[in-house]
Amino acid sequence: MTLQLTEQQPIVRARTSFEKNLDLFFIGLTRICAFSIAGVLVFIAIQVFIQSIPAIQTFGLGFIFQQEWDPVKERYGVLPMIYGTLATSFIGLLLAVPTGIGTAIFLSENFLPIPVRTVLVFLIELLAAIPSVVYGLWGIYVLIPLINPLGHWLHTNFGWIPFFSTDAAGPGLMPAGIVVTIMILPTITAISRDSLASLPPELRQASIGLGGTRWETIFRVLLPAAFSGIVGAIMLGLGRAMGETMAVTMLIGNSNKIGASLFAPGNTIASLLANQFAEASGLQVSALMYAGFILFIITLAVNAIAQRIVLRVQKI
Amino acid sequence: MFLRSRAIHWTLATSAVALTLGLASCQSQTSPSPNASSPASTSGSAPAITEKVTLSGAGATFPAPLYQKWFADFNKTNPSVTVSYQSVGSGAGVKQFTAGTVDFGASDVAMKDEEIKAVAKGAVMLPMTAGSIVLTYNLPDAKSPLKLSRKAYADIFLGKITKWNDPAIAKANPDLKLPDTAIKVVHRSDGSGTTAVFTKFLSAVSADWKTKVGDGKTVNWPTGTGAKGNEGITAQVQQNPGSIGYVEYGYAKQNGLQFASLENKAGSYIEPSEQSAQATLDTVKLPDNLRVFITDPEGKDAYPIVTYTWLLAYKTYDDPVKAKALKAVIDYGLTEGQKASAELGYIPLPESVVTKTKAAADAIASK
Repeated sequence: MTLQLTEQQPIVRARTSFEKNLDLFFIGLTRICAFSIAGVLVFIAIQVFIQSIPAIQTFGLGFIFQQEWDPVKERYGVLPMIYGTLATSFIGLLLAVPTGIGTAIFLSENFLPIPVRTVLVFLIELLAAIPSVVYGLWGIYVLIPLINPLGHWLHTNFGWIPFFSTDAAGPGLMPAGIVVTIMILPTITAISRDSLASLPPELRQASIGLGGTRWETIFRVLLPAAFSGIVGAIMLGLGRAMGETMAVTMLIGNSNKIGASLFAPGNTIASLLANQFAEASGLQVSALMYAGFILFIITLAVNAIAQRIVLRVQKI
Repeated sequence: MFLRSRAIHWTLATSAVALTLGLASCQSQTSPSPNASSPASTSGSAPAITEKVTLSGAGATFPAPLYQKWFADFNKTNPSVTVSYQSVGSGAGVKQFTAGTVDFGASDVAMKDEEIKAVAKGAVMLPMTAGSIVLTYNLPDAKSPLKLSRKAYADIFLGKITKWNDPAIAKANPDLKLPDTAIKVVHRSDGSGTTAVFTKFLSAVSADWKTKVGDGKTVNWPTGTGAKGNEGITAQVQQNPGSIGYVEYGYAKQNGLQFASLENKAGSYIEPSEQSAQATLDTVKLPDNLRVFITDPEGKDAYPIVTYTWLLAYKTYDDPVKAKALKAVIDYGLTEGQKASAELGYIPLPESVVTKTKAAADAIASK
């Protein structure tokens, strides 16, 4: 039967050598694309590393623990910037993760009619399209005047808590953290929502069929099932938070000091680079490259840790 | 994937509204462009250039509004010459000029000898205009201008004077009601020629500043918060009562900021103005290489923080048309252009400086 069929009208036509070559060419092309992404990354890393060699030789690992950044005396250290980078990213994640995942759940369940949901999804994604300098300006002219009275009140009433130990004086870690929150929110929401929406409907049906409430279905079944996607969303958000430059520069106060207070000015590595690169010369350029290299490593480390968490916790 | 036609309609409508709002709010923030004010008055004395030529320059942000006005006005009378100027900062300007990627550079800080040697085509430094740096502050209750003694302004930026009612400030301002609040110092966070001039001045005034901080485009500030650019400092000072920062005079004047009278070397309190800055320029003799740092001027009526800003040209150009065009542009800036400078808050150059600069510009040649 089969034999007869192939003899009379072959279902699969034999591929010509041209098509085979075309396939090979296409495989090669996609391979080049894939490897060139890795190649560009490695190339940038190597370039940054080579440029930072003079600073590495001069300061060694002490660069990471030094608190002074003094281009006049050529003494450089990035501890305050590392602290600022981690602090603003942490504030950003602390606020954006619950909000983002909450929004994602709300928008992936059928709480709202689909047209309204579509509009909301679109508007959230539009947040990602706003240039960061606009966020910075909004922060200066709207957000800071808004949170200054609150910060002042917190300082006068709860000044004994280290987080509120300085008076709100305009720019600082808090405004920068809040703007970072808004900037990473679309990333976290959109990707979490996609991974929740792409779960097989059988999961939900089974859970409800077994007598689970909607609440139980969301928290015991859907969220664990979409966990890897959600962590991926958070990691992308964190990457953006740590690398965000313009808006943070405009709001963080650019003061190379470490303070527990949320309202004290600080600095981040990305903001330091943005501020000083244009006018830097000599060893300062190298020190800035070194700082950039450290940001590279921090990002890499955070991503590696996240990968491990996903592998550990992944159940479904 | 869930889109229905109605949904698409909704989405588009809403986003269009959001975009329109966004655009409208953006529009209100754009500053008026400097070249929109007045048309070019007369066509300069230089011979008209008929060949089409484009000059590109890069450098200091401080003279950028003035340069852009000059170049736009020059283009009106000489349509064949287009000059573009990127205000990327003094340091970047010198770098690009040395690398030969631009036709001319600009810097607030004069090039050092070794920097000049590194320029293969030879460098000519031409002072084109001058400006002063003012201390702007936000004290809602202070009606008359604040006076700051030499010790007071140095110690405020050193973080030694922390309250507005400190005796060192109060002594010079008996008629002002100074609040018992913290002084919030605002400084530039980006590397800047303005910072270089300001810290050089503070180093000349205060020995403490010289040993502890020193001078440079970026320094290790003992106190305060950093803001990017003149506009960043202005926003921060205007929003926070009790703050003080330094900006260029032209910028402060155009934005209607309050600024302090500063005590000069002779001991008199001088309000920043074109006259007081010109008094400063008169006290300084410009050497033959046209390079001078005014650190702490002597004159009785001299405003203490004034600086020239230089245009950097090559000694020899490969293209004779470019050399000719650049010379014409420089000539325009030194004659007609000086009239525009006061109106934008810059200081017109003294006659003697104009003559010297013109002579130096004559050295520009082509192969």
